Amino acid sequence: MSESSYVIETIIKIVVILTVFSALAGITTYFERKVLAFMQRRLGPMHVGPFGILQVAADGIKLFTKEDIVPQHAVKPIFMIAPVIAAATAFIAMAAVPFLPEFTLPFTDYVVHPIVADVDIGILFVVGVMAVGMYAPLLGGMASNNKWSLLGAARTVVQMLSFEVVTGLSLIAPLMMVGSLSLIDINDYQQGETAWLVAYQPVAFILYVISGYAETNRTPFDLLEHEAEIITGYATEYSGMRWGLFAIGEYANMFTVAFVASLVFLGGYNEMWFIPGGLAIILKVSALIFLFLWVRAAWPHVRPDQLMWLCWKVLMPLAFVNILITGIVLI
Amino acid sequence: MDLSNYNNRNVSDDYIYMEIDETPTRWQDQFLRVVKRTFSGELFVGLWIVFREMLKFNIHTVQYPLEKLPISPRYRALHEIKRLVESGNQACIGCGLCEKICISNCIQIDTKYGSKGRKVVKGWTLNLGRCIYCGYCAEVCPELAITHGQDYENVAEQRAHYAALPDLVTPMDMFKAGKQKQYPGFGSLSPNASENVKKTPLAY
Repeated sequence: MSESSYVIETIIKIVVILTVFSALAGITTYFERKVLAFMQRRLGPMHVGPFGILQVAADGIKLFTKEDIVPQHAVKPIFMIAPVIAAATAFIAMAAVPFLPEFTLPFTDYVVHPIVADVDIGILFVVGVMAVGMYAPLLGGMASNNKWSLLGAARTVVQMLSFEVVTGLSLIAPLMMVGSLSLIDINDYQQGETAWLVAYQPVAFILYVISGYAETNRTPFDLLEHEAEIITGYATEYSGMRWGLFAIGEYANMFTVAFVASLVFLGGYNEMWFIPGGLAIILKVSALIFLFLWVRAAWPHVRPDQLMWLCWKVLMPLAFVNILITGIVLI
Repeated sequence: MDLSNYNNRNVSDDYIYMEIDETPTRWQDQFLRVVKRTFSGELFVGLWIVFREMLKFNIHTVQYPLEKLPISPRYRALHEIKRLVESGNQACIGCGLCEKICISNCIQIDTKYGSKGRKVVKGWTLNLGRCIYCGYCAEVCPELAITHGQDYENVAEQRAHYAALPDLVTPMDMFKAGKQKQYPGFGSLSPNASENVKKTPLAY
């Protein structure tokens, strides 16, 4: 493969991933509102378009045309750059995620690897960049010159820093079994129908999902934008598309967490019975996203002290015990 | 005098008290409680309940501008001024009781001598911006002339769109078609009232 064709292919992949996941973020908000509504015996958006499907477009137009307000005493450059960090890190993290099995372009023999950068340390890169995303709410909240924002930023650091530990530790055990940090290797390790890593590492899977919820600020742990306590936390002062970037970042992170969970634990894009691999991973990710919405409809928030208790006194020791047992079994 | 009966604030003795376990103090008990709560499956009960409701699809939403809930006949929305069944004139006799009783001072009534020497209503204004829809005016009216209707959608873009007295009075065509609804509550006309109506003997 020549240098220029590699560059062009990578750019096309980046553009496709950006557009697809920005659009998916909007569409997921629609499904989230619908699923939440149905679970609470409501109808959800109904008026814009058939069954409210154009609500996404209406919200997009609203966000784009809204006035971009920067508060008077906010630290302007940091305030303006924080949402960009949220969206950027969420999308950069996707660079090392293989979304689909490799396929040949129709009518040609050109093989496409649906991964932007096939780095050897794929999962380390994903987890690391997602952790950098913590700076967005932190900087945004601190630059807003608002007490609620500051509280939200403080809670962000407390929550994400703590659960970063659990994410890393929960992923170590399956990585010890696979022996590689590349997500493609992890996926290939699970070829065959009965070889999903969740069968060997159920505790690690549960730990990873829990900490994934905490890192994407989803409901049992959405302390940093808890309406009843701190308005919207770090995003209180944001309006228009800057707030929209935070939202896109959150939903893109949800997809990254779902993709990593299905790649590491649920057999990735390997073929399942008669289902081709590409469809299989889309189904798994859809199920995990639905679980995100389902949990939001069913469960209440936890208190910050309960969150810390859960993280440091329950989940982290469990993760260590899991690693220890995995190590003993492997030896 | 024994006051014990008066000090007993329990309405009845068949209260159901919630059973609350004592908060454990020893760490073993605390650990046991955590384990018990972790594996009791309550979280999955919550998940199942919302999922069941989604499958049942028993939606309670009223899509308001398109469909409306029925409201009580006693609902106190925008006022209506009734016409007399026998003559079609406004039923208001200008007694001024509604003006007197109005606790937000939003009714003003002005009367004069009519051509036949009777008291007629010269002007009757209702400040809807002040009205709290308490219903005293409708209750005090001796002729059941002022009542509360069912029209609760009284939003307007301009002040001129708000109700003036001619808007509140039953329109003549509706009245002639017999569509004026009388207040069905206490003091209202009997259902066969029109059979019992005699013309007021004005010509002596």
